[in-house]
Amino acid sequence: MQFLAITLKRCGLGLGLLLAVLVLNFLLMHLAPGDVADTIAQDAGGLDAEVMAQIRKDYGLDLPLWEQMLKYFYNVAQLDLGYSFYYNQPVTTLILEKLPATLLLIISAQVVSILVGVVLGVIAARKPNGIASHFVTILSLVGYAAPVFWTGIMLIILFASMIPLFPIGNMVDVSVERTGFAYMIDVLHHLVLPMLTLASIFIALYSRLARASMLDVLGSDYVRTAQAKGLSEFQVVFKHALRNALLPVVTTAGLVFSGIVSGAVLVETVFSWPGLGTLAVQAIVARDTPTILGILFFSSLVVVVANLLTDMVYRIIDPRIKTAETSEI
Amino acid sequence: MTALLSVKNLTVEFTTRDGIAPVIDDLSFDLAPGETLSLVGESGCGKSMTALAIMGLIPSPPGRVASGSISLAGENLLQASETRMRAVRGNEISMVFQEPMTSLNPVFTVGEQIGETLRRHQGLTRRQAKALSIEMLDAVQIPLPARRINDYPHQLSGGMRQRVMIAIALACRPKVLIADEPTTALDVTVQAQIFDLMRAVGKETEAAIILITHDMGSVAEMAERVVVMYAGRKIEEGYVDDILTRPRHPYTRGLIACVPHLLETVSAERPYLQEIPGMVPPLSDFGFMGCLFAPRCDRVETLCWQEKPKVTQITPSQSAACWNLQDAKVRVDA
Repeated sequence: MQFLAITLKRCGLGLGLLLAVLVLNFLLMHLAPGDVADTIAQDAGGLDAEVMAQIRKDYGLDLPLWEQMLKYFYNVAQLDLGYSFYYNQPVTTLILEKLPATLLLIISAQVVSILVGVVLGVIAARKPNGIASHFVTILSLVGYAAPVFWTGIMLIILFASMIPLFPIGNMVDVSVERTGFAYMIDVLHHLVLPMLTLASIFIALYSRLARASMLDVLGSDYVRTAQAKGLSEFQVVFKHALRNALLPVVTTAGLVFSGIVSGAVLVETVFSWPGLGTLAVQAIVARDTPTILGILFFSSLVVVVANLLTDMVYRIIDPRIKTAETSEI
Repeated sequence: MTALLSVKNLTVEFTTRDGIAPVIDDLSFDLAPGETLSLVGESGCGKSMTALAIMGLIPSPPGRVASGSISLAGENLLQASETRMRAVRGNEISMVFQEPMTSLNPVFTVGEQIGETLRRHQGLTRRQAKALSIEMLDAVQIPLPARRINDYPHQLSGGMRQRVMIAIALACRPKVLIADEPTTALDVTVQAQIFDLMRAVGKETEAAIILITHDMGSVAEMAERVVVMYAGRKIEEGYVDDILTRPRHPYTRGLIACVPHLLETVSAERPYLQEIPGMVPPLSDFGFMGCLFAPRCDRVETLCWQEKPKVTQITPSQSAACWNLQDAKVRVDA
């Protein structure tokens, strides 16, 4: 019950945040000089004032700002983010078409990097001066220092060119028509390299974090208690220590989600992955304002949802947070 | 008296930057079934390390047991396999730690933390373990045990948590309970309750208790026999009554004089609170061949600096390691 109440409260806060993003988006759009009428006039090589006024009237640009804002909110509430003149499509259609590819990429990268990072961190923390620990330190240093696009290109050279295990780009092999299971396998095959590229930086982050926090927890009194109870090494490490050591990793995972969206832009470009990132780059180059704003809105939606999930996971892992909130409500 | 637990010539060494230091130096003592023995000394004297050595939990590296034996009912635990030691820990020998605030895992309910031991050692099912955990909480006098079992440690006070620790330690009815400064972190009023509880539950489960403390007051209250440790060495051993009234080692005498007392007026017999000057030597000095207490001792002689003190058997039950033993006639009023 408490859990539900808190989750609802968090959802409310998330909605508020999205609304703030919308207001900012809208104001940004209007801060920029020029509007649709100017764009059309430019394309047409000049229009007279009457026609321009007519266009403004058609698009509702002659209304006061607050009225336009309400209209914009009303449209967004119906998932209408405007019309892209560059693509000649509604922005929502455009984004929904590309969103699944991006979500697939960032979620799989996030899951893989958390799993691999935590396992590496635990291995390293068990023997902090062992070879495995040094290996993890070096790996994370390299992973963190290397720019994503460089890692991507290196992986392409290594695993797509020299040892052609994986395709160099795109999401599906367009030369063969596939459906159902075969299609899924094909997508996964294409996913490996971009996912690894994006995950590399986060594996570096999480393994360092998990190592440090595991070392800390392994030295704690309750781990000694667990040992003194005669529990097996496995139970001590994976039941008693890991759950506590995971907390900082979960916090960070939620925080870096915003970064992972922008990181995905680079990876998508390197691997011509047909996701939001590629769309964003093209939209920026084409000065396609509605599309850019739509992407901004969707990426903030992703971040808000990710933070909500983090919050819930945190609550499940650490019982202390549940009660701390209860007294507040 | 047949010993239940027998520690013989135990030496534990730590590798430090300055070389190898014996944190426990040739320590021997016996624990009889059902007895309460106290290990006394200041911080850094090797009391807790002795406990960890018995549990087989010496942090390694840097520590290792260099020589000696620890036998539980005739079985040398130092030669036991890790699997066997896991069956001993929490089952035949269990331990209560000093810090109840941090010794329980914050992410599991107390019921889970008690039940886990029972499931591990007694092969109970979840349901049986839960029922027994409630019984244990009741035994350590926690009100509404059936409700409390679902509490997390942060919902309990320090005294309550220490009760839970005792419940965990005694759940499998161990032969030996090691309590490492179990009341140091607690309020004075709670200390007395915990001691009462340990005595009662210890008697009920027939566990022999090793009480580790730095406080002679606790010793007087709880223990039957006492082993006084200084810098990793046993310096005096005997029945509590004998030690408190006729301490033969200057360090023991100093420890007793340190106990605060409630008297309206300061008298000749009970002067102002005394202190032992100086502090326990650093680990790097532990291997020193002379008496390690010499720098702080008011009865120090030339010999004390040159040779490790020989153990003098004063009575069949009392012994002390000192070159210049305190006269038995000098009584300390405890």
